[in-house]
Amino acid sequence: MSEDSMNRAPLFLLYLNVLIIASCGLVYELLAGTLASYLLGDSVTQFSLVIGIYLSALGAGAWISRFVDERLARCFIEVELAVALIGGMSAPVLFLAFSSVGAFRAVLYGIVFAIGTLVGLELPLLMRLLKEHLDFEDLVSRVLAFDYLGALFASLLFPMFCVPRLGLVRTSLLCGLLNAAVGLWGTYLLRPLLSSRGLSGLRGRACLVIGLLIVGIIKADSLTSLAEERVLGEPIVYAESTPYQRIVLTRNARGFQLHLNGHLQFNSVDEHRYHEALVHPALSAVKSPRRVLVLGGGDGLAVREILRYPSVESVTLVDLDPGMTSLADRFPPLAELSRSSLKDRRVTIINQDAFLWVGRETDISRNTLASGSDAAGEPDASAFPLNNKFDTAIIDFPDPGTFSVGKLYSTRFYRMLREHLTADAVISVQCTSPLVAPQSYWCIVKTLESVGFHVRPYHAPVPSFGEWGFALASAAPLPEKLSLSPELIGPSRFLTNTILNSMFDLSPDLARVDAEVNQLNNQVLVHYYDQEWGAVK
Amino acid sequence: MTLTRRELILTLLGTPALLSAGCSESPRLPPAGELLGQSWEIGHRMRDGFRPQPNADQWQDVGVAIIGGGVAGLSAAWRLKQQGCEDFVVLELESQPGGTSRSGRCELTPYPWGAHYLPVPLSHNRDLIRLLDEMGVVESLTDDGSPVIAEQFLCRDPDERVFVNGEWIEGLYPAIGASDDDLAQLAAFRKEIDRRSAWRDATGRRAFSIPIRHATDDAEVLKLDKLSMAEWLRQYGWTSPRLHWLVDYSCRDDYGLTAEQTSAWAGVLYFAARLKEPGADHQLLMTWPEGNGRIVAHLASQAGTRLKTGVAVTRIQPYAAEHQATNTTNRFLSGTALAAGNSPEDVGPGSPVASAIPLKVSAFDTVSEQPIGFRAKSVIFAAPQFLAPRLIEGFAERTGRTAEPFEYGSWLVANVHLSRRPRESSFPLSWDNVIHDSRSLGYVVATHQSGNDHGPTVLTWYHPLCDDDVKAARQQLLKATWTDLADVVLTDLERPHPEIRSLVTRLDVFRWGHAMIRPRPGFITSEQRRKAAQPDGQIHFANTDLSGIALFEESFDHGLRAADEVLSKI
Repeated sequence: MSEDSMNRAPLFLLYLNVLIIASCGLVYELLAGTLASYLLGDSVTQFSLVIGIYLSALGAGAWISRFVDERLARCFIEVELAVALIGGMSAPVLFLAFSSVGAFRAVLYGIVFAIGTLVGLELPLLMRLLKEHLDFEDLVSRVLAFDYLGALFASLLFPMFCVPRLGLVRTSLLCGLLNAAVGLWGTYLLRPLLSSRGLSGLRGRACLVIGLLIVGIIKADSLTSLAEERVLGEPIVYAESTPYQRIVLTRNARGFQLHLNGHLQFNSVDEHRYHEALVHPALSAVKSPRRVLVLGGGDGLAVREILRYPSVESVTLVDLDPGMTSLADRFPPLAELSRSSLKDRRVTIINQDAFLWVGRETDISRNTLASGSDAAGEPDASAFPLNNKFDTAIIDFPDPGTFSVGKLYSTRFYRMLREHLTADAVISVQCTSPLVAPQSYWCIVKTLESVGFHVRPYHAPVPSFGEWGFALASAAPLPEKLSLSPELIGPSRFLTNTILNSMFDLSPDLARVDAEVNQLNNQVLVHYYDQEWGAVK
Repeated sequence: MTLTRRELILTLLGTPALLSAGCSESPRLPPAGELLGQSWEIGHRMRDGFRPQPNADQWQDVGVAIIGGGVAGLSAAWRLKQQGCEDFVVLELESQPGGTSRSGRCELTPYPWGAHYLPVPLSHNRDLIRLLDEMGVVESLTDDGSPVIAEQFLCRDPDERVFVNGEWIEGLYPAIGASDDDLAQLAAFRKEIDRRSAWRDATGRRAFSIPIRHATDDAEVLKLDKLSMAEWLRQYGWTSPRLHWLVDYSCRDDYGLTAEQTSAWAGVLYFAARLKEPGADHQLLMTWPEGNGRIVAHLASQAGTRLKTGVAVTRIQPYAAEHQATNTTNRFLSGTALAAGNSPEDVGPGSPVASAIPLKVSAFDTVSEQPIGFRAKSVIFAAPQFLAPRLIEGFAERTGRTAEPFEYGSWLVANVHLSRRPRESSFPLSWDNVIHDSRSLGYVVATHQSGNDHGPTVLTWYHPLCDDDVKAARQQLLKATWTDLADVVLTDLERPHPEIRSLVTRLDVFRWGHAMIRPRPGFITSEQRRKAAQPDGQIHFANTDLSGIALFEESFDHGLRAADEVLSKI
């Protein structure tokens, strides 16, 4: 190889290569650290581990480089393509691996180590390629300068542009694309150092990697759209489309959030306010709650509160979506937050539309659900026996934004529900915001009243939601004053006896407004909700 | 003439198959399904002279033989039983009762094969309110006698939507892009309907009432029958395409005719008869997963074992005809009536001789493949009129009536089983889902009323054949294969639901040859229609076609009237 074969211009371009390689390497490291801390929590530990493994892998790579004797340029390009593929696919692969949490840590640290090793190989190889053309001092100073400059570049770009604008998955895929492009470009830049044999094969592989990454970017759009991330405002750490709904978890520094079909269900920061307000008034109003029914609430957070009552013998949770009731298995922070309540032996989970569930086995439903030809059809053995009625019911459905949810707030629904309750059972219902959607709120209250329930409306401030509304209802008169059970296990973070009772004081801006009763054949609630929340959004 | 698949799609849907997604020569078809239809086989055999004669030991005596187990026949039986007369049989050709209100079922849900809703009756329709009350549908009565229907039987919201310009919108009126003039014409139309619903004649009868027996015979009102619904709209200067579409859709939905083909009297009836008072909303609709099959099931359960299905009536011989034909003696007939255990009063002094002389109803049990006969004192002929001259011996000679003026349209109905609901983003899946630019009526969702909103479902798709030449259309329909028809259904559904072919697990098609009487201009007020309900000796007639329109309320009313005619002679 002659001095002329590599003039000064390509040398400069090679430094650009170094810059890109260094930037992408650091981005992969940051991605892994961020993902690990999003998904596993405890960011200090996660970042510390990822950085340690990454740096040690860099060392391992550098050490391995001494075993490469021949065809340095080809090897450099091969390594570049491997970084592109593994690094580029790292975030999507880690998201997928997260579904099977047992393997997640192994995959995470394996990927971090692999990327570190490959990046660690790159610089020594490049320096050896360049050493023929530069003094040693010059070489070391320039290569290392660009290397560290690249790191700075990446560390600024990552939090300021990549995460907020691209999201983790797209950032990872785009960096991979950049790496692959550098590899392909290298086949031209280092052409004089490459033998003609296998050159087209090398370029073909580069194109293949680029193609794979582009497919990845297209697929990523179907996994989580850019628009979805922007709307939710926080990085998406988990997304799943079940046959029933879109489940998305986002995470920020303070906690994580569950969104169903784009609607916030809880924020781990203040969900305790919501769930204590939802659960404890009803359970306090029942002397010694034994059999509790939970409708909706597949996140297990309401059940967590219910299990604090030692008198509770069984909790039956009916939630439409198995994807929701098993979410804690795939997202450990939720298991931690719910204290794995759904795994408690007292809890029975039924994945069915609550409307169909309350409808089966009740006398009044037989007319609608059974067919005419065998109206007294065989009762389903799996259905809950009616002689075991519930003394408390916690109703935690999503807001009535659609007709299929609106039916769960109808007179028909409440009538069927009553068939499952003891005569003096107490129920509580989440009823959207009485401040934002007064007509929706009071429509639910009026609907409960219209089927013969005594109703006491109440509210609680939940910062993530705003002023939130609930209703306590019972076929028997409700007590005027409530007090938390002295047997309640563990401390409450929101409720005291004073606050418990003060929730029933409604400020003038929450005063009752006129509304119609919500029936299956008018679904007025969905229309109210659409108007009131539509005006806000 | 056999049509190609493309020609069939063009004929039935008005869309060239090439424009649809299913334009390849071998379209993707459902993995399973069958072609169903009325049992015309026995009808054709009879046309070719098949008249099996029951042996002496195959005859039974019965008070009333009801021919036809559709809504009219079952209603007649219901009335007889209610009035204490239990000596009747209902003979139904098909294996299932209900006629065009019959239904099917799968593991997931029952589903309709025909009529699928009933508007809440106004207070004057006491008999129907009584039936609904018996079914547990009526919760209470208001002060004016109007029924309060239990919530679960009223059509659940959202009840209807229409697919226009690539998106679903709520309701039936294609409001998107409607001009001020369109909306003004819609308002004027509604106002005119209000006026018509408020009109009363000197005796207090409504201009338009259901059952139509209770409506006025005022000539001013009846003259609407002389022109078509579309002409009537044009007389008012209403030319809005949106209004014409709404009215045309309603005519096709209720009568299987376009607005150009429908009598204006029938067209206005559809809108005006179901308004309690001017300005009121159209009466709420009651529905069940299996449609009116639920009412049929109730009526059939009341008839119990007296309902005999799979029995094809082959001949009805009035005494006179039979006497002349076979020369059998009167004494012999009376003797057997007594021998069969009838009390002497039935044939003894005091009762008219005619009622003591049995009519002979020959039939063929299609299950056991055996002839079977009934000697009946009365017959309620609750089958369509076109069968009367074929089955009743000497009918034309005695009555001077023919089936000629009675014209029946054909319908194509499909039940499309889906593995899940189609994904969509505009107004959500409703009970009734109408495709604006289609000759089909769209589909109803069988799982809607039971509150089942997720996962597999069954769509019941309807298509009335509105051709002027009913016979040609019927023949074309009966010639078509399952493959052809399944493709027609899916080509239509593909427009709003491009992924539909990948969701279908089963597709059954029902070809209704004689589905609905057609109220074309002039028929309602025709002498032939009026006379057709008059008894032929001891044979009484009950069928919705006697009203000239196919409605549950009319069938029911004729069933009760025929039963009352029989009861009045006992």
